[in-house]
Amino acid sequence: MDMARLAAEHGLERVGGRPSLPQYVKQLLSRSDFTYTLAKYRMQSENERNRLGMAWVLLRPSFSALIYGTVFGFIMRGATARPDDFAPFVIIGVFVLEFFNSSMNGGAKSIISNASLVQSLPFPRIVLPIAKVFQNLLDFIPTLIFMALIVIIFGARPDWDWFLFIPLVFLFWVFNQGVAFIFARATVHFRDLSQVTPFISRMIFYTSGVFFDLKVMVEKINPALQPFADWQPINNVLSIARGILMKDGVVPYDYFWHLAIWAFGIFIFGFIFFWQAEERYGRDE
Amino acid sequence: MSENTEHDSGNVAEATQSNDPVVICDNVHVRYKTLATGKKLKLGGGGGMLKRQRGLREVHALKGVSFVAHRNESIGIIGSNGSGKSTLMRSITGLTPTSEGAIFAKSRPNLLGVGAALIPDLSGARNIILGSLALGLTRPEIDEKFDDIVAFTGLEDFIDLPMRTYSSGMSQRLKFAIATSVQHEILIVDEALNVGDKKFRDRSEGRIRSIRENAGTVFLVSHSMRSIKDTCNRALWIEKGELRADGPALEVIREYQAFNKVAKEAEQEPS
Repeated sequence: MDMARLAAEHGLERVGGRPSLPQYVKQLLSRSDFTYTLAKYRMQSENERNRLGMAWVLLRPSFSALIYGTVFGFIMRGATARPDDFAPFVIIGVFVLEFFNSSMNGGAKSIISNASLVQSLPFPRIVLPIAKVFQNLLDFIPTLIFMALIVIIFGARPDWDWFLFIPLVFLFWVFNQGVAFIFARATVHFRDLSQVTPFISRMIFYTSGVFFDLKVMVEKINPALQPFADWQPINNVLSIARGILMKDGVVPYDYFWHLAIWAFGIFIFGFIFFWQAEERYGRDE
Repeated sequence: MSENTEHDSGNVAEATQSNDPVVICDNVHVRYKTLATGKKLKLGGGGGMLKRQRGLREVHALKGVSFVAHRNESIGIIGSNGSGKSTLMRSITGLTPTSEGAIFAKSRPNLLGVGAALIPDLSGARNIILGSLALGLTRPEIDEKFDDIVAFTGLEDFIDLPMRTYSSGMSQRLKFAIATSVQHEILIVDEALNVGDKKFRDRSEGRIRSIRENAGTVFLVSHSMRSIKDTCNRALWIEKGELRADGPALEVIREYQAFNKVAKEAEQEPS
């Protein structure tokens, strides 16, 4: 008696396989309602748990901006490539980087911290990192408004350039999503990686020009390394954001191209990388 | 009681059946490697961190299980604790890879469980929406079914309260009502029926029966022989990773109970 033949005769498929990439994308699109609702409800429940609720979305980066502003603005005054208008400079840096950091760390945990959900229901697993980063995007938007208010206090005035935030946030979102895909799968293989991600984000924090101008800094160290500053994706985002928001800021338009190449490259790579291990998520190995 | 004709309690399910096969398990073996985490202090062992003996133990959870499940069957899975029932169900869903053999299925079998998708801080009503979306319903389908689900839980007065304020029985009812609102082609219920009071239990057994009638196949893992007798027409008895019996539910249960009785007596004698 041949059971495999019987299965084939009746059109049964082997359990535990992985759908093809086009099928996977189709499955994902049919679950967009679920993805969106999951992100929205999780954000609401996380904010309802604290007494100050949504305010923490703004308070958290404000506190870090205050600390870094104090340390690098007063204590180490004049030590390095400290730009003019330091307060809005640091605030934009810290607030914008927060979206990246929470996406990387949240993405890293998106599969392993939802193990029981992954084990009990069938759906394309990529829903989880997407919902997480979308949740971070929803958190980022009030931050953006808060940021705009602060630069206005420091003397900037809204102009047409501010609409450039729409493509900027979009590209930044795509980029963060790609990074989240990569970390989501990587932590499934090496669970210990989730212990290391905080250090990675700190490393990125100190090397991406959050509280100094990366271009000026590189110029001082070794001018030959200038392409590095021009192609550093986080620096691209920060420079554009500062160019838009700050008084006398100049928007480096060519950075939009650099960022777009990064964003779509990382997104496509991350998506395929995540999909390739689809059948492994939730397994107890 | 059923159209099932496999009277012999052998391991071989008949390959030719009038009904379509929906799930086929072909000589399924599952071996786990687990890390025994109990720390053992070895005196004078030396060696240090890297040489530390890690207690890697292999567990042979399933040893060649084969059967064919057909459309419209509801199959009870019985056996003592740790016999491999849940492992078998998890391999059918594809979450536990088989070490040998293969499992084929018509569509991806679902575990009856939506609990993991729900958020305790949100109200019952919102959780119904979220849970139903997680199960694959669309927004219009949910709007249509919402009132039915609420009525089935019997929690009308509490549906706007956060789920964390529910008693465990209440949240179990909510989860069951959401999970069974979807038409599953192949459904796996792992000991879900012994929740709630008598009234709710009767209703949930009715639900399982209606899923079966709507051309679905149900696997029910339970220690309650009564609920298996009431809901299943076929039973598989798994003991120590092997399929001991496969046949009409009543007969398999009788066999299983006789076996348990003998085992109990044997346990009591030498004292």
